Amino acid sequence: MPKDGGIGASTKRREDVRFLTGKGRYTDDINIRGQAYAWFVRSDVAHGRIDRIDTSAAEAMPGVVKVFTAADFAGVGGIPCGWQVTDRFGKPMQEPKHPVLADGKVRHVGDPIAVVVADTLEEARDAAEAVVIDITELPPVLDMKAALSADSPKVHEELSSNLCYDWGFVEENKGAVEEAFKAAAHVTTLELVNNRLVANPMEPRVAVGDYESHSGNHTLYTTSQNPHVIRLLMGAFVLGIPEHKLRVVAPDVGGGFGSKIYHYAEEAFVTFAAKQVGRPVKWTSTRSEAFISDAQGRDHVTKIELALDAQNNFTAVRTETYANMGAYLSTFAPSIPTWLHGTLMAGNYRTPLIYVNVKAVFTNTVPVDAYRGAGRPEATFQLERVIDKAARELGVDPVELRRQNFIKPDQFPYQTPVAVVYDTGNYHATMDKLLQISDRAGFEARAAESRARGKWRGFGVAHYIEACGIAPSNLVGQLGARAGLYESATVRVNATGSISVFTGSHSHGQGHETSFAQVVAELIGIDAGQVEIVHGDTSNTPMGMGTYGSRSLAVGGSAIVKATNKIINKAKKIAAHLMEASEADIELKDGKFTVAGTDKSVDWAGVTLAAYVPHNYPLESMEPGLEETAFYDPSNFTYPSGGYGCEVEVDPETGKVTILAFSAADDFGNIVNPMIVEGQVQGGLAQGIGQALLENCVYDENGQLLSGSFMDYAMPRADDLPSFNVDHSCCTPCTHNPLGVKGCGEAGAIGSPPAVVNAVIDAIHRAGRTDVTHIDMPLTPSRVWQALNA
Amino acid sequence: MRDFEFVKPATVADAVKALAADGAQPLSGGQTLIPTMKQRLNTPERLVSLTGIAEMKGVCKGEGGLHVGAATPHAVVARDAAAYYPALAALAGGIGDPAVRSRGTIGGSLANNDPSACYPSAALASGATIVTNTRKIAADDYFQGLFSTALEEGEIITEVRFPIPEKAAYVKFNQPASRFALAGVFVAKFSGGVRVAITGASNDGVFRWAEAESALGANFAPSSLEGLNLSGDDMISDLHGTGAYRAHLAKVLTKRAVIAAS
Ligand SMILES: Cc1cc2nc3c(=O)[nH]c(=O)nc-3n(C[C@H](O)[C@H](O)[C@H](O)COP(=O)(O)OP(=O)(O)OC[C@H]3O[C@@H](n4cnc5c(N)ncnc54)[C@H](O)[C@@H]3O)c2cc1C
Repeated sequence: MPKDGGIGASTKRREDVRFLTGKGRYTDDINIRGQAYAWFVRSDVAHGRIDRIDTSAAEAMPGVVKVFTAADFAGVGGIPCGWQVTDRFGKPMQEPKHPVLADGKVRHVGDPIAVVVADTLEEARDAAEAVVIDITELPPVLDMKAALSADSPKVHEELSSNLCYDWGFVEENKGAVEEAFKAAAHVTTLELVNNRLVANPMEPRVAVGDYESHSGNHTLYTTSQNPHVIRLLMGAFVLGIPEHKLRVVAPDVGGGFGSKIYHYAEEAFVTFAAKQVGRPVKWTSTRSEAFISDAQGRDHVTKIELALDAQNNFTAVRTETYANMGAYLSTFAPSIPTWLHGTLMAGNYRTPLIYVNVKAVFTNTVPVDAYRGAGRPEATFQLERVIDKAARELGVDPVELRRQNFIKPDQFPYQTPVAVVYDTGNYHATMDKLLQISDRAGFEARAAESRARGKWRGFGVAHYIEACGIAPSNLVGQLGARAGLYESATVRVNATGSISVFTGSHSHGQGHETSFAQVVAELIGIDAGQVEIVHGDTSNTPMGMGTYGSRSLAVGGSAIVKATNKIINKAKKIAAHLMEASEADIELKDGKFTVAGTDKSVDWAGVTLAAYVPHNYPLESMEPGLEETAFYDPSNFTYPSGGYGCEVEVDPETGKVTILAFSAADDFGNIVNPMIVEGQVQGGLAQGIGQALLENCVYDENGQLLSGSFMDYAMPRADDLPSFNVDHSCCTPCTHNPLGVKGCGEAGAIGSPPAVVNAVIDAIHRAGRTDVTHIDMPLTPSRVWQALNA
Repeated sequence: MRDFEFVKPATVADAVKALAADGAQPLSGGQTLIPTMKQRLNTPERLVSLTGIAEMKGVCKGEGGLHVGAATPHAVVARDAAAYYPALAALAGGIGDPAVRSRGTIGGSLANNDPSACYPSAALASGATIVTNTRKIAADDYFQGLFSTALEEGEIITEVRFPIPEKAAYVKFNQPASRFALAGVFVAKFSGGVRVAITGASNDGVFRWAEAESALGANFAPSSLEGLNLSGDDMISDLHGTGAYRAHLAKVLTKRAVIAAS
């Protein structure tokens, strides 16, 4: 291993030096000479007809450059959706228009209606208060089931109903699943809500548009997880700007969790407006605005049924889910409750027959899209909850019921009944590891100690599977994706041997600048300090699809490996020439090329210098220089898995749940930087526990957001969480990517909610209250108390 | 935030003078006022800072108990009241986070009278006296419902005087998001009787629980509360809990406060 960190080293994150010393350069730090400021006038009602917009008073206010409304966007495209789902009858989903600014109707609180551009932010805000908007309120569509009744008001008049799609998977299995339920010895049914969440990255969204009239070049600086995707969507579908005239830069980004994947109206607005007003235009979201304009997560209402035979083998799973799309289709929204959810419903189990039905519904709420885990937390939650409930009904140990039904270690690769093939895994091993690190054996003694203090202690497990590293382009294309999902890398070796790697992935907290450098350093055998990772600017990185779905190392890292191998192959040819040896005899080790069986050698820098100062170089057969680009398109998803265990104490007097211990035994395949992996798991656990105990996005009956600030939306804080017990020693490497890695970014958020809820139900049952079989998240003190005192 | 004039007087008299102007408002720690100004819910034309007035700062033993200057930050109360009135110091140390405790002040908290704030329960349960630039107001007369107090326009709190009880404790149950009190109970036992003040729960703001006071006055033990119940009808009902839950919590916390105080 290189001395300052190759694969497997817990190298400290080099980017933290600038983040921790306040030297990060975020989008809001970008200020361009002469820039004007945009303030969005947003709907304060959930549903209404716009009768009149009068901007004249606002236009006359000091400092105002221009006030924009939908009328200014005639001829401009709407915000596109990047995924088309086909329903169970073979028809495409209903896809409503999504104008940049509300056109005729407002459809959720926060829907942008007008934008004031002014010399200063305060002037823009002052003038925004002078924009007169008359709205006739319409009855809001909020409850998903009511939204589907024939007499419901419609969110979009141009659609036939509020149903986006009615999806069945695997539709051909529907009849067989029904038969299996008829033949079942036992059926467990669970109805639940997967609560709506607000992503709340620490950095709110920001966009700065700039236009150069003499060249016609546009630049958008934006808080994005995938600048190339924004360039494609906004350039091609909204504003009609070709790629070579549009540069998108996502500099340091302070967290995304999914909410910064999508193309948003504000980005299109500043890019468009900069040309219109002839000045750079900047918009910075306030936190309050983020609550009503960033895409939100989850929001499923589900009924799941599990069929078992007389020996407690799972024979079938059937689900019916209502998935909230919100008022418009956000970029990847349709794919989340379908392909990222239905395909995971086998979990870690051998269940032979599965049928998943999802009805996606439009409502007068903020759009919903992927949020850390995206579809997989929803699948895992319902499955791991219903299995736990079945174990309680059958009087068997929830761990044993899982173990009995696990896919066995020798059954991989395993074809599930829901289309995907798990390449590797060993669920028995991760479950065993979990029981060991969580000291389940000592639980009874700990429970007795709690009882003595009047508290109820419980232990819950969950075992998850996720599909990461998304994904094969040809497969996602068949499933309705309107984009490819490869990743790219350019490895540029400089004359003196240092290396710049340009990646299409984007880092917004994941530590790519450190771990990607470790990969290159390992392959060549040089110090990681010689390798610089460049990302986030479409003008200097190759076309890439960005970072989400725990894909960056598995897909982006694999592209880097491919490009680096091309570099090594060429470098070996140069080395062979320099040492007058045959290329086949050249070996590269620790940054040095040797001729096998001799003491002849040339070091890395000697070869790289020869590539750029080609005085002694095979110019007749090879180009000078040492720079290679590779695109990597995976052949399958990767399938991390793991066992999670949660130990809680319930205060029966107040309903308060305290997490005393949380253990995670993950199988992420090979690991490049164990410290970064542990950090990712810890962050994911915090978010999953946040969903389970604290976070809830709530609208009132008028569609007003009740949890519209941190005063009412409870983010998890350090003292809500125990010290985590994280292990990733179980390793079944991925078989189809060169690093054998699986991805670890979302696991914590996927596996933890069911473990927490199972633990609380366990505590309640141990106290004799077996009548309480489920409590919907978040398990706040008041909800737990309510359940105990119903 | 809109533009405003900022003055920082050194004496109460100058502050009162500065507050006579139209659109003038006192600024103490700013932990409540500044956020409302950022949201443009409040647009004072002049802010009169009280934090530069030495006579309004600090904690000391004085006539009738502990005197706390109105512009004293929570963190200072948490530190300096600990030797005299530990329950009050603990309450101050449990408000918000370190930044809020370093800026927010007792005067600002009592002037604001947020129904979920902590200090009102301490003032009411202690039978404190709210001293202003013009008069002394008994806590029993001071709190007049949600965000409403006996203060007149332009009147400023200069000091709060707390009689020191024999035994006391404040038990707070956090609202999960804001960590203000979902319910908070301050129990204070004096030689002449027990006072119980409940915050966070009622639609009318902080209040005294008379039945609990007389039961605990007869016998200062958690068992005295058995059989007593608060009604949830007039309690706050929101996404964090129903009125019935808050009424129940108030009783549980009262019991716990008695245990903590014993
Ligand atoms: C994140 C956060 C968490 C918090 N958590 C808690 C909590 O757990 N418990 C709790 O009790 N509080 C909590 N608070 C409130 C905080 O502790 C302050 O007490 C409160 O904000 C008011 O005090 P201040 O000094 O900041 O007043 P300011 O914001 O300066 O003023 C508040 C109001 O009082 C007026 N005013 C100020 N001083 C005087 C005076 N001497 N005389 C007359 N009028 C005056 C002002 O004009 C203004 O109207 C929290 C606040 C924040 C921001």
